Amino acid sequence: MTGPTPVVEIRDGTISLSGRPVLRGIDLSIRRGEVVAILGSNGSGKTTLVRGLIGLLPWSRGEVRLFGRPLTRFRDWSRVGYVPQRTSAASGVPSTVTEVVSSGRLSRRRTLRRLGPADRTAVRSAIQAVGLDDRRHDVVGHLSGGQQQRVLIARALAGQPELFVLDEPNAGVDYQNQVGLAETLRPLVDAGSTVLFVLHELGPLAKLIDRAVVIRDGRIAYDGPPPAQAGRDDHHDHHIEGSRPDRVPIQSSALRTGPLPGWDGEWAP
Amino acid sequence: MNPFDYSFMVRALLAAVFTGFAAPAVGTYLVQRRMALMGDGIGHIAVTGVGLGLLTGQSPVWAAVVVTVLGAVLIELVRERGRTSGDVALALIFYGGIAGGVVVVGLAGGSAQTLENYLFGSITTVSVGDVWTVVGLAAAVIAVSVSFAPQFFAVCQDEEYARVAGLNVRAYSIAISVMAAVSVTVAMRTVGLLMVSALMVVPVATAQQVSRGFKATMAIAMVVGAAASIAGVLTSFYVNVSPGGTIVLLALAVFVATWPVAGLLRYRRERRAPFEAVTRLPHLAVPESHQHEHGADCGHSAVPHGDHIDYVHEGHRHAVHGDHYDEH
Repeated sequence: MTGPTPVVEIRDGTISLSGRPVLRGIDLSIRRGEVVAILGSNGSGKTTLVRGLIGLLPWSRGEVRLFGRPLTRFRDWSRVGYVPQRTSAASGVPSTVTEVVSSGRLSRRRTLRRLGPADRTAVRSAIQAVGLDDRRHDVVGHLSGGQQQRVLIARALAGQPELFVLDEPNAGVDYQNQVGLAETLRPLVDAGSTVLFVLHELGPLAKLIDRAVVIRDGRIAYDGPPPAQAGRDDHHDHHIEGSRPDRVPIQSSALRTGPLPGWDGEWAP
Repeated sequence: MNPFDYSFMVRALLAAVFTGFAAPAVGTYLVQRRMALMGDGIGHIAVTGVGLGLLTGQSPVWAAVVVTVLGAVLIELVRERGRTSGDVALALIFYGGIAGGVVVVGLAGGSAQTLENYLFGSITTVSVGDVWTVVGLAAAVIAVSVSFAPQFFAVCQDEEYARVAGLNVRAYSIAISVMAAVSVTVAMRTVGLLMVSALMVVPVATAQQVSRGFKATMAIAMVVGAAASIAGVLTSFYVNVSPGGTIVLLALAVFVATWPVAGLLRYRRERRAPFEAVTRLPHLAVPESHQHEHGADCGHSAVPHGDHIDYVHEGHRHAVHGDHYDEH
């Protein structure tokens, strides 16, 4: 093998759910620093692919490596930051933003050790990075949907991972919050992190993405540069600059980006 | 009449204090997982344990510990399999537990009175051996739930995230269920199996009305639980009532008492929540001449609105704009 070890490497990967192969013959290699969007319609297998990659679903065939180690023997979970698809970060008992984000340090802390100064600094700066410093002692359930999602991103940031995995961060988020999300993630991308998005549509995140992988019916249908550059200039997002993008009901439109080659998802004409 | 002159009261109080701290500690995790009634189900299973203990001549407490721990592990494995059928599967386990218990107690020749002591709690029947068992087990539950708090919190808050963080989610989940089982058995001597779940849930419900975070909720719940337990046992000493019922009623009374406080806190929070930031507002000056100046102590609520402050003035929102106020 030549060059540095890929962050993610899948060869002939297959995932079966209840005996039905839903993801077949996946070959995917992601290098350090790449920002990749996994695209596909509902039921295409894009979320299955990512869940398999982080060990939440078992692979029935194929070889999967994270940072060069076979997934089954991978233990270095502090190198992976996962932002699950979630519309709410609230739970049965009220928890503060700081408490939820502190969970992000668990992969780096030894059991039975208290939070050290390094942990506290990392938690605080992760909360600052998503712009919630003034809400850090607030109950997560009292925040708006967009802010709750930023809490989950901060939790992943707090672990200082090398690979970020974000599952449908745009699902159920209005257009202005999508722009806000892209702005939050920009420094991360500029710092050279490897980022893997699962997306239904590119939306304002298109500006960050180097590579698009389209999953259709459990197979990779397209792997290459993201669609038309033209899609990048017509977002008209200058009108919200300087505002706090939160709960402003301007819906994102799938029509803002053109269809991808090999794509026949829900927004094809 | 000093309750501390009676050794059975000292034993009962000792058992009550430890139970009062342990049950809400585990209860906080159960409520966080949205499994508040888990304790009730385990209480049903414990009846079989008590019956087996009586039948075999072993300590009913230890028999209940063994049976409920097995039941708790089974419940956890059923729950892990999938949430949809889990509900019904849990009901089957619960009812199997109580039905088995009633039958086995009958076989053991136990009277309705014997069973009642375990179902509703009885302070006079706590033996010296029971007390040490209860104190030891409760102390273990408290120690584990406090020292592994960050891990348990992560697992209860977001199971999938915890798994990707490298935590052994199954082990921690089973640990929570086992702790719930142990708390139920230690609490059955004071509160009784039918009401043990209340001691796990009611203090947590009380605490989360007034607290702002998970740790604070757990701490307040433990204090409420212990206070209600002590007060309940003392009350049942002076007045001839069941300690279990008294403990639960006292805990509920604290819940009701904190209700207005919670309402006030919520009202203040909602009133001060920032107004939604909107980019451009049409300029609309306050039409009539505005007599007084808004400021820190003008008496009108100051609410953040995007990059400035709005003052709530007789149902209007006034924002400073040069030498006048704008309607926002």
